[in-house]
Amino acid sequence: MRIGVLAVQGAFIEHEKVMQSLGCDCVELRQKSDIVSLDGLILPGGESTVQNKLLHELDMFDALKDMIKGGVRTLATCAGLILLAEKISNDEKRAFATLPVTVKRNAYGRQLGSFRTRSDFKGIGDVDMTFIRAPYIEKVSADVKILSVVDQKIVGVEYKNQIGLSFHPELDKDDSIHRYFLNHT
Amino acid sequence: MSNEQYSLNKGLAQMLKGGVIMDVTTPEQARIAEKAGACAVMALERIPADIRAAGGVSRMSDPKMIKSIQNAVSIPVMAKCRIGHFAEAQILEAIEIDYIDESEVLSPADDVYHINKRDFKVPFVCGARDLGEALRRINEGASMIRTKGEPGTGDIVQAVRHMRKMNAEIAKVSALREDELFEEAKRLQVPYELVKYVHENKKLPVVNFAAGGVATPADAALMMQLGAEGVFVGSGIFKSGDPEKRANAIVKAVTNYTDAKLIAELSEDLGEAMVGINENEIKLIMEERGQ
Repeated sequence: MRIGVLAVQGAFIEHEKVMQSLGCDCVELRQKSDIVSLDGLILPGGESTVQNKLLHELDMFDALKDMIKGGVRTLATCAGLILLAEKISNDEKRAFATLPVTVKRNAYGRQLGSFRTRSDFKGIGDVDMTFIRAPYIEKVSADVKILSVVDQKIVGVEYKNQIGLSFHPELDKDDSIHRYFLNHT
Repeated sequence: MSNEQYSLNKGLAQMLKGGVIMDVTTPEQARIAEKAGACAVMALERIPADIRAAGGVSRMSDPKMIKSIQNAVSIPVMAKCRIGHFAEAQILEAIEIDYIDESEVLSPADDVYHINKRDFKVPFVCGARDLGEALRRINEGASMIRTKGEPGTGDIVQAVRHMRKMNAEIAKVSALREDELFEEAKRLQVPYELVKYVHENKKLPVVNFAAGGVATPADAALMMQLGAEGVFVGSGIFKSGDPEKRANAIVKAVTNYTDAKLIAELSEDLGEAMVGINENEIKLIMEERGQ
């Protein structure tokens, strides 16, 4: 299994380590020529403003958007979720806009609002969740499956081939969410 | 700081990896930096080159000025306090800064003790010239390390020296026999557990950025190839002829730091780089502050 990990900025190595431990080959996507024959795509945490800008300027945006729309299984965490979201309630900029949800950026405030918790994830059970200057999901369209809710806020969703999470499973030891992603790929 | 908070603070540094943190002095510069692709900004009243030129005591910036930058951008905002000045750090925590840089760029407030960063909830980044300094700062609670370099000079030589020394010492610790780690901990003046971590993982327990003297896309690429996980650019951007273009170019050079063809394109027509001063021309050696 060949997984492309967006590597323009952010915590992509952490995702690669988990996927490699599960027997996958990982390709770091830093420019357009890296995007070839991928079975899955990971959009990691980082700064969504930086990632979105570089996606366009390094000419990767259209190829990746086509891939996501074409059904390649995609796991997006934190900044990645913002890249996928159709709407961002506190920002006019959009990236792929392939996931019919509305997210709020930096929804828990600055770094002092970052937190960890343990909560239910549909189909897996309780998992550790690390939220760092995280977004949450304010609204979803009817066909979006809700995977996880923390303090009445939606923090994990699935829609067709896309999984979007507010938190960072790549920072915790438990690899069950990555396995969940892989089993559906 | 609880263990949980510490791991969140290390986590934020992980999110900044592969990115460029830019010094800014006004909301306008902060917006330019964000638009150019900075993953965070460092809010300060004077950039290091001007601190050098002005002389005198340099202190934490006016909280009002820092807040105006926090309001101008959506990316993380960092600010500097003086080495050992825990009251300045308390003020920065009170205005909910995202990261504090306990920095040798400002005049040290304490010539013996660094801040006990474990007392804080907010994360700290500290400068280091070698493995011992890095692990001492981490033991005090720093959740991110950067090379000291020699700030405000536009000269990369010190940052290179510090990064190479760090790499060499990490390689050495990794190659030691386990029964030699106790003596190494004594030599480095750090706890055995931290030395053991480096021995087992062949890296620092926290993210390590390059800082001090980065002025061109090639400088950024050099530091990334030497193992930096991201880059701070201080005076290099807003002391240059075309800050916006240079900032853009450095951001892309950090992402594609091994693609010489791309970096060649990025390096074209950037206008004047900051003038820069050589090591043997400067009177004030900031890297020697806080060891």
